[in-house]
Amino acid sequence: MSTSTIHDIGYRHYDGRRNGRAYVIRSLYVHNLRAAFGLGRPVRAKIMPFVLAALMLLPAAGSVAAFAFTKQEDALIPYAAYANLMQVIVAIFLATQAPVLASREVRFHVVPLYFSRPVGHLDFVLAKGAAMATALLALLAVPVTVLYVGGLVAKAPDSSQQLLDYLGGLVGCVLYALVLAAIGMVVAAFTPRRGFGVAAVIAAYMVPTAVATAVQGIAEAQTNFTLQGWMGLLAPFNLVDIVQVRLLGAETSSPGIAPGVTGGLVALALCAVIVLGSIAVLYRRFRKAGLS
Amino acid sequence: MPIIATQGLTMRFPRVTALDDLSVAVEPGVVGLVGANGAGKSTLIKILLGLMPPTSGTATVLGLDIARDGLRIRESVGFMPEYECLPPDVSATEFVVHMARMCGLPPSAARERAADTLRHVGLYEERYRPIGGYSTGMRQRVKLAQALVHDPKLVFLDEPTNGLDPAGRDEMLDLIRRIGAEFGISVLVTSHLLGELERVCDHVVIIDGGKLLRSQAVEAYTAASGVLTVEVEEGRDDLGRRLHEQGVSVHPEGRFLVVDIAGETTYDLIRDGVADLGLRLIRMEQRRHHIEEVFQTAPQAPSGPHAAGTVPQGVSR
Repeated sequence: MSTSTIHDIGYRHYDGRRNGRAYVIRSLYVHNLRAAFGLGRPVRAKIMPFVLAALMLLPAAGSVAAFAFTKQEDALIPYAAYANLMQVIVAIFLATQAPVLASREVRFHVVPLYFSRPVGHLDFVLAKGAAMATALLALLAVPVTVLYVGGLVAKAPDSSQQLLDYLGGLVGCVLYALVLAAIGMVVAAFTPRRGFGVAAVIAAYMVPTAVATAVQGIAEAQTNFTLQGWMGLLAPFNLVDIVQVRLLGAETSSPGIAPGVTGGLVALALCAVIVLGSIAVLYRRFRKAGLS
Repeated sequence: MPIIATQGLTMRFPRVTALDDLSVAVEPGVVGLVGANGAGKSTLIKILLGLMPPTSGTATVLGLDIARDGLRIRESVGFMPEYECLPPDVSATEFVVHMARMCGLPPSAARERAADTLRHVGLYEERYRPIGGYSTGMRQRVKLAQALVHDPKLVFLDEPTNGLDPAGRDEMLDLIRRIGAEFGISVLVTSHLLGELERVCDHVVIIDGGKLLRSQAVEAYTAASGVLTVEVEEGRDDLGRRLHEQGVSVHPEGRFLVVDIAGETTYDLIRDGVADLGLRLIRMEQRRHHIEEVFQTAPQAPSGPHAAGTVPQGVSR
């Protein structure tokens, strides 16, 4: 005869392994990366990121299809131009998802729970920033990879040059991801309410871009191409494109490109300042939030 | 070894002094930290967690120095804040697992501990639903679970009964007692309600305006006050008169007689009096001091009669 009983085994102490700092950072990174795509959240948190990711893929798929049929090389979108071409979608993704990572835990006062555990302030910021950048990289690099693989399958000519361009494009994607994540996270971290956060990130993308474009237009009309090029530093996408064109040998896809290798180096330095500056700002922001 | 010891701990903010030369040491067990709102309770916890450096003074938690070993302290303590600290869009399970991993627990251990801990605090099927739909009582349980999930040696519970209805309050206090007694985890629990803490604590520390008012075992606050409440069915006055004639200090209060205990003989006198008069004794109960009286600073404050359970809980000053 078999009888089953439920035993209340009472409280059990945990004397198993406790992993160190690397594990905590990795867990935090994975948690935030999942959050960026709404994984582990209700369905409505997944809609936006996945719809945007799908939209990002459409032109790449269409471009490959067009090339396969027409065999015309200019049907393939250049790898380095893809982010610039799709910048509105990328900006919307950043605006909707950066608040999820940067301000959600501030708004709901979850941050002190991390810092009352063995989680360092800098580790916390780096894990969050890296997660946002990775999410953006996935958003950008997947369609670029689709373009490359599609081109290979459809037998685009000059495969070694294609590979070089593709790798250069990927480096560009990494740079886009880092710069955009830095800007989006900082703006979102200071606008705790989600709706405002979305609007603020969009504004942080659109206002400088609009200003830069306007000035570039005027400069172009006055044939001041140098000014037109340097103004490109103001707009986030144009800024990274300057690095791509001047240092990675890509074709331009922006209204203005700062001249020479100097222009590229200045743009790269500016990217570094944005990324490092955002880490410093976020560090202070979360440190303060950890005490509230 | 004391679990918490502070020496001359002072915390000054630009406008207020939150802690003023606080020196106190407490032994393992359930320790209550009592004070009015703004007395410095939360500030003390933040300093003990190593989140904020004090203006001056030193402290140790579990024998570790707060200034040098903050990280190691945070590995072995849990913290349940006073305020809402839960994201609404994840389930309790997901959240508590994540918090366990933040303490370094490997994935499978984190899941197992989260399930166990949520069960211990009394969350069952609802733990798979998003926290946004929880009642205050359930949220408090999740907050408690995240503080316990990594099996700390000491937990800081900041106002755990805040916002709970009387039944929820009783359940929470019961849980706190179990954490100390069954789980073997030391507890520092804050409250501004003194009456609550005497039910669960071994030791109570009272601070006011950042200064130490008193720190002693709870028995010392609630030691037999030497007052007995006697209830008889009829003939209350007869019994009272008889006891008075025998030199016992006694006075009527409502349907009861309140008798000062002079020694063991007082009990015998009451027993004999009831028996000799042929009265029906309904109850005879020893009344205890309540910790509230600590705050009744008036020197003539009588020790007993009107301090019974009807006194509103809280700081009345």
